[in-house]
Amino acid sequence: MTFVSIRNLRKYYGPFEALKGIDLDVAKGEVVCVIGPSGSGKSTLIRCINRLEDFSDDSRISVDGIPVATGRALAKVRAEVGMVFQSFNLFPHLTVRENVMLAPRRVRSTSRADAARQADVLLDRVGIASQADKYPDHLSGGQQQRVAIARALAMEPQVMLFDEPTSALDPEMVGEVLDVMRDLARTGVTMIVVTHEMGFAAQVADRVIFMDGGQIVEQGPPAQVLSNPSEPRTRNFLSSVLNH
Amino acid sequence: MDIFDTFLNAEVMRRSFPMLLKGLWITLQLGISSIIAGLLLGLALAMARLYAVAPLRFLTRVYIDIFRSIPLLVLLIIVYYALPFLGIRLSPFMSAMSALTLVSGAYTAEIFRAGIEAIPKGQFEASAALGLNGRQTMADVILPQAVRVVIPPLTNNSINVIKDTALASVVAMPDLLKQATQAQALSANPTPLIGAALIYLAFLWPLVALVSRMERRFAARRR
Ligand SMILES: Nc1ncnc2c1ncn2[C@@H]1O[C@H](COP(=O)(O)OP(=O)(O)O)[C@@H](O)[C@H]1O
Ligand SMILES: [Mg+2]
Repeated sequence: MTFVSIRNLRKYYGPFEALKGIDLDVAKGEVVCVIGPSGSGKSTLIRCINRLEDFSDDSRISVDGIPVATGRALAKVRAEVGMVFQSFNLFPHLTVRENVMLAPRRVRSTSRADAARQADVLLDRVGIASQADKYPDHLSGGQQQRVAIARALAMEPQVMLFDEPTSALDPEMVGEVLDVMRDLARTGVTMIVVTHEMGFAAQVADRVIFMDGGQIVEQGPPAQVLSNPSEPRTRNFLSSVLNH
Repeated sequence: MDIFDTFLNAEVMRRSFPMLLKGLWITLQLGISSIIAGLLLGLALAMARLYAVAPLRFLTRVYIDIFRSIPLLVLLIIVYYALPFLGIRLSPFMSAMSALTLVSGAYTAEIFRAGIEAIPKGQFEASAALGLNGRQTMADVILPQAVRVVIPPLTNNSINVIKDTALASVVAMPDLLKQATQAQALSANPTPLIGAALIYLAFLWPLVALVSRMERRFAARRR
């Protein structure tokens, strides 16, 4: 069953066409990894799904059947779509627990006590229950990213978008974040993950998408796209990444 | 004649002190109400300046530029002496407060705008991605962070407003300066003026020192 549907997605920055008519369907519970060289439009693609980026009028995106339009419906889509950023974007003036509590409190009008209980469950799940009263600045990068995941999960999203969640991390912290994402994939949440972690893609993805120049060049099961790509551009990209 | 008898005459000071205190009370009332009204106006203007529809945004910019350009004394005299020709007759207090608020609001708007623009884009994006609306994003995420940045310049602006209340003496407000000049006329001695100056200093010097300290602290924290 299609959960996220993208039709003819075009995105212009001025005259520059960053996305050249993307078509993509993601099924409920599917884990899709998006790979590709820098500047190929990966971030732009997933940022269009919750309309952090505007897109042209003839493009169609829907999430769970709800069109990603401007206005009231957009709030509904955003509440169903969680997002994790490369640079964490935690709220520095709030404690870790308050970071996780904020959206349920404001958007869902959850009571303070319930939101706090839920936050503690989520923080426990991502392995940072003991840091709940600290401020984000006092946490390591890996811990901050795990808080960001918990914060997104607090809205009980149907889809989680990840934009290079481990690219800003010191190498020794990458594993702890990928572990949390791996656990999450097992719970049946639909995930769209932009990543350079080929090991993670190979192991966790149901489907790998290779993008270049604002287009989807190749897609398929990880065993096919990562080990036996049919497109020369994919092969070039993979060899440049693997020889890194 | 002794310089102390002229400028710091204890007897004159003692006699005029109650008048000066009355003036101080009015100065503080005028200053504080103008500061608060200016903050509210400034916040509203900053929001319009940043997020309103294009024509309103443009008008807000024009307002801000006009009221940062016009000399306060000119504005005050227009409000008090010119508006009555349009049938708008404000008391001296309301005239002074309006003029101070209109100008303070323009400066405050720019301070808030700079504070909001200093917040990284990622904070807005994270808020939007969580489903917070514009008002919630401002109230819960952006303004609490911006406040830290804007407190030193806002305090500075408040100092200016209190200093500028002295201009209200030209529209017959019995503020600190007016009381001092009247006491001076009564006693034929400038001591009350010196007294008024000392009272202004006693209130504003600590605030000036506080701003310097905050600015140093913020600069240090930014690394
Ligand atoms: N705000 C922007 N203004 C102009 N060009 C942009 C902007 N954001 C991205 N781009 C351009 O769009 C293209 C795709 O960017 P992006 O989606 O960030 O690529 P990726 O995430 O794959 O590295 C790049 O060529 C980039 O320079
Ligand atoms: Mg990117």
